[in-house]
Amino acid sequence: MKPARRRKLKEWLIEKAILLSGVFSVVFVLLIFLFLLREGLSLFRGESVLDFLLGKSWYPISSPPRFGILPLILGSVLVTLGAAAISVPIGIAAALFIAEIAPARLKEALKAGIELLAAIPSVVIGFIGMITLGPWIKNLFNIPTGLTALTGSVTLAFMAMPTIVSIAEDAVTAVPRQYREAAIAMGATKWQTTWRIVARAARPGMVAAVMLGIGRVIGETMAVMMVTGNAAMIPTGMLQPVRTLTATIAAEMGESVQGGAHYAALFAIGIVLFIITFLINGVADLFLHRSRR
Amino acid sequence: MSMSGISIETKSLDLFYGDFQALIAVDLRVPEREVTALIGPSGCGKSTLLRVFNRMNDLIEGVRVAGRVLIDGEDILAPGTDLLRLREKVGMVFQRPNPFPLSVYENITFGLAVHSLARRAEYDRIVEEALRAVLLWDDLKDKLQRSALGLSLEQQQRLCIARVLPLKPRILLMDEPCSALDPIATLHIEELMRQLKSDYTIVIVTHNMQQAARASDRTGFMYLGRLVEFGETAQIFTRPRQELTEQYISGRFG
Repeated sequence: MKPARRRKLKEWLIEKAILLSGVFSVVFVLLIFLFLLREGLSLFRGESVLDFLLGKSWYPISSPPRFGILPLILGSVLVTLGAAAISVPIGIAAALFIAEIAPARLKEALKAGIELLAAIPSVVIGFIGMITLGPWIKNLFNIPTGLTALTGSVTLAFMAMPTIVSIAEDAVTAVPRQYREAAIAMGATKWQTTWRIVARAARPGMVAAVMLGIGRVIGETMAVMMVTGNAAMIPTGMLQPVRTLTATIAAEMGESVQGGAHYAALFAIGIVLFIITFLINGVADLFLHRSRR
Repeated sequence: MSMSGISIETKSLDLFYGDFQALIAVDLRVPEREVTALIGPSGCGKSTLLRVFNRMNDLIEGVRVAGRVLIDGEDILAPGTDLLRLREKVGMVFQRPNPFPLSVYENITFGLAVHSLARRAEYDRIVEEALRAVLLWDDLKDKLQRSALGLSLEQQQRLCIARVLPLKPRILLMDEPCSALDPIATLHIEELMRQLKSDYTIVIVTHNMQQAARASDRTGFMYLGRLVEFGETAQIFTRPRQELTEQYISGRFG
């Protein structure tokens, strides 16, 4: 074969191989979703969708069983909102500090620290939350158990923080220097420049950072199962045990009968989670996309 | 307004970047309400000199300055100089148009907000005045809430001039303000400079000798950190006193 033709063939092979990998990753996601649908939708032969989503009791093994996941949805929402309330302000402030204010050496140290935080396995964070944070919260508020929604929120805030800080920091660093120069040259202070110009310019990236952080929190299972107390009741405050969607699946999948209603209900919860994270990532993508324009 | 009619005066000004001396014994007197051009080959120190006047060089690490720089008679190198006030008084326009990634309106009100110069009720009027001064009002009056990044380059550069006007600066520093613009836009900005000089002292750095010849009243030629010659633009371009100036403007180096 002539070298030119060989090169062409090589190009063609590489191109197709890349295309194939791309197609596969999409196909896998679709297959997972189809599998979830197949296993989960059978629940709705005997159960209405509204009863499932808005039912107030989750008693999967009583007879007759009741599959209302409202307490689980509220548990997930409560823990997530709490984690966001803690991690978003701290994470954004940390990102601004690292990108704009910290001297070079401190900046490197902090970035390494954040990466390290991301590298801690979630079960270890859950362990620390259970052993140290739980008893501390129990004593602080003088309540019967320290395993509450608040404990879950604080624990998960630590897990969302690395995502938020590193993506938001990238967004802040990507703000062109000329904006800062212009603001300084107009007599703006460092803080006015950072807050009014740099943070504004980086806003789409920051929103994406927050969304991805929240996405991580909603999907997190192990740590949250260890520290939230896992009571499937409708929560009325942050100081009560709650149970999340993820923890329910993880805790009960082992004891459900394959093909049974309980089994299908757990898959249906999986569909709900899938849709929630899909929406959140979609919003994050929208903002990341906008920031590039 | 200073009595002398001199807006900026430097006295044996030296500036070092670490060990490198970028400005050597510069003595310069910039008259009020005129356009003064600084020309010279790349690296001659003209932009550095410009950035002394609003002390933007302070942002660079390892910069050392000696000598005196008087703006309206006040030494701006003196310790305790209020840099925020100085930069309010000495506005700057950069080489590449760099409007903030905000709306047209917010670009103009940024300076007001930062220096708490006006009440919100006055903003609309001030925005209109600033845009009229740079001849953008008719084009943009219906697009005030649009992002400034969507404007043409010429409009962006006009906006960058407009946004410093509400601060009522005495001096406008322009660092090669037309180098990113096409020839037509360049002529428009030069025309604008001629109009603005009735209210502002303008110092422009340019690598474009025709631009200096067209748009300025006085010209300073810089070479290797020294101000080689300074005088009326017509004199510099027709009867330069220094051999080096003559060689540069006739294109023998640069």
